[in-house]
Amino acid sequence: MAIKTEAIGKEWPATTYEVGKEKIGEYARVIGLDSPVYFQREAAKGAGYRDVVAPPMFCVVYSAPALGPAMFDPEVGMNFAAMVHGGQKFEWGEPACSGDEITTTARCLEIFEKDGKGFYVFETNSVNQNGDQVVKGTWTNIVRGV
Amino acid sequence: MADLNVGDAIAGLTVTPDKYLPHRYAGASGDFNPIHIDPEFAKMVGLPNTILHGLYMMGLVARSATDVAGGDPKALKRLSVQFRGMGAPETEIVVSGTVKSVDGDTVVVDTVAAQGDNQTIRNAEAEIRV
Repeated sequence: MAIKTEAIGKEWPATTYEVGKEKIGEYARVIGLDSPVYFQREAAKGAGYRDVVAPPMFCVVYSAPALGPAMFDPEVGMNFAAMVHGGQKFEWGEPACSGDEITTTARCLEIFEKDGKGFYVFETNSVNQNGDQVVKGTWTNIVRGV
Repeated sequence: MADLNVGDAIAGLTVTPDKYLPHRYAGASGDFNPIHIDPEFAKMVGLPNTILHGLYMMGLVARSATDVAGGDPKALKRLSVQFRGMGAPETEIVVSGTVKSVDGDTVVVDTVAAQGDNQTIRNAEAEIRV
């Protein structure tokens, strides 16, 4: 069965996420991060950050609202029951800090079939309120038995 | 900062996520996919039980990578991983790695996250500014 590829290149509407101090702390605690730069304003500023700073992988929190509609788009047509998260890449720029408003856009980079599996590759691009690049993500989902 | 040379082992980390860790990660991340939090649902779709979020384990790999730079979050410039085996709660995770290259203040580290022989994250490559 041929895989649907018409969504390649499609972009979805941007979403904006305001980073909050307590949300950063909640995420950091779950990962086992205990540096005060994730919890205390003064410690973060003392380390050269504008405010309490988010751990790099907190990017999944502010990227997700943009990625969700892309992954669930019927035009993409991913079979979620047979899907696994195959790979992930992030490239970070300006750190995300409490109070930042981060705008993320999602785009479908590639859809292809290999060895009976469907590969769906999405890109997210996140920029803060000053126009600084915060993170670029590449998300690879693999669907068995396409 | 200690001198880093190609082939050096990084400190890595060891953590045993408790039974409710996937619930807390779901809350923190917003990813409430029931395969991570509902044993009945997980079994219905053919899994042995609930599984850890891949991005939680990637979070541990990122933590271990930033530790190479003394724990400074802005030191981590790039991280790419491949998710392979599924991770289980209540089982020890060992994150280990070695220095792949050193170029001035840029260090590239190869990392693996494993539960016993089950490598849940492979080919993790982190670029760190030290």
